Amino acid sequence: MVQKLDYLRESPSQTAGPYVHIGLAPGAAGFPAFAQELGQCIAPDGVPGPRIHVTGRVLDGFGAPVRDVLIEVWQADAAGIYPHPEDPRAADCAPGFRGWGRVISDFDTGDFTFETIKPGPVPGRAGKLQAPHLSLWLVARGINIGLNTRMYFPEDGALHGADPVLQSIDPPARRATLIAAASAPGRYHFDIRLQGEAETVFLDI
Amino acid sequence: MKPAEFYMRDRTMHPPAHHPGYKTSVPRSPRQALLTMHQSISEITGPTFGQSDIGALDNDLTLNFAHGGMPVGERIILHGRVLDENARPVPGTLVEIWQANASGRYRHHKDAYLGALDPNFGGCGRTLTDADGGYAFRTVKPGPYPWLNHVNSWRPAHIHVSVFGTSFSQRLITQLYFEGDPLIAKCPIVQTLPDPGDVQRLTAALDLNSAVPMDCLAYRFDIVLRGRRASRFENRLEGG
Repeated sequence: MVQKLDYLRESPSQTAGPYVHIGLAPGAAGFPAFAQELGQCIAPDGVPGPRIHVTGRVLDGFGAPVRDVLIEVWQADAAGIYPHPEDPRAADCAPGFRGWGRVISDFDTGDFTFETIKPGPVPGRAGKLQAPHLSLWLVARGINIGLNTRMYFPEDGALHGADPVLQSIDPPARRATLIAAASAPGRYHFDIRLQGEAETVFLDI
Repeated sequence: MKPAEFYMRDRTMHPPAHHPGYKTSVPRSPRQALLTMHQSISEITGPTFGQSDIGALDNDLTLNFAHGGMPVGERIILHGRVLDENARPVPGTLVEIWQANASGRYRHHKDAYLGALDPNFGGCGRTLTDADGGYAFRTVKPGPYPWLNHVNSWRPAHIHVSVFGTSFSQRLITQLYFEGDPLIAKCPIVQTLPDPGDVQRLTAALDLNSAVPMDCLAYRFDIVLRGRRASRFENRLEGG
């Protein structure tokens, strides 16, 4: 026998279910419960950086839009700084920049849309640079544990070649599942496929 | 402190994405392996919250949607601590809950169950943990309700719980069940847990010591988030 390790174990996940909006976006559930809802504004007007508009859909294994998904976005500011004490440059993060937001799909169409600023490249490990990206976390009915992925920007091809996450995706053809399409300057479309051909790469972070 | 990673998530303990007994998971589950990656600053940081984000009644579901009266149902205090896998408290983190009312009805566009809505009950709450990782809500015990997984499937009474921790990699949503509920063992969502014994870790205990006599019962529910590696030695990042 050996000594016992006294670590606790993480609480097991359970699905967020169909009524996740009540807790995390009560206005969308149909009633205003709080004076302010959280996650409504990732980057208020005036925060430096190119303003961007992202639309998309989350598609299930039939190719049908998931109309009850909730996505959380986490991102750095235009200088690649996170508003968080673990970022050594946090003191220089853009004032008022939250970096976090909640996005829900339309209950009828499944389309989601949000506005923010484009993040800058952020430091990676061992002196490498990560291409600009949004970190995304998806929950919904039928999703047993939140799914992590990233959205990258199509104009950053040169940086993608050195991005440690994109470069570790094998086969390389799947890397494209993490790169949004640009429909106009500052306007992007990003579909997330839960399953099937062109399944999005999900991350074990 | 040098930035350090969080412990690898033990995915053998969490429900698998694809669990045929929970039918909706079938078309909504990725089938490819998750990409293994090292955590970077994008993953060891995450949103932060403060008292200015929440209101004074946000953690009292018996009052935060009251329209001139009290909600119907068994009044309870739900309390516990948020800890990490190192058994350290997680202070100042946002805990959000949502639930059905005492008749098993959710206040949501999409819920058409015939259980009645309660004019004095919304069903959502939020709070920040204190310096010891402690949190508390006052609410009513939710009722069980039917759903169409199979013809006669009923959810046990449960409350959904969302927790942040200090990093995006700790983000967790789960559900808490109530001690002694005979529906727990029959629930297809509970049954997504690979180890049936793990439901014990999601089952709140009746806590009479925290009940308020002549007012409300209490249940205790602790939540554990991923722990963080100690940075006793410099990270060897060459493999990064």
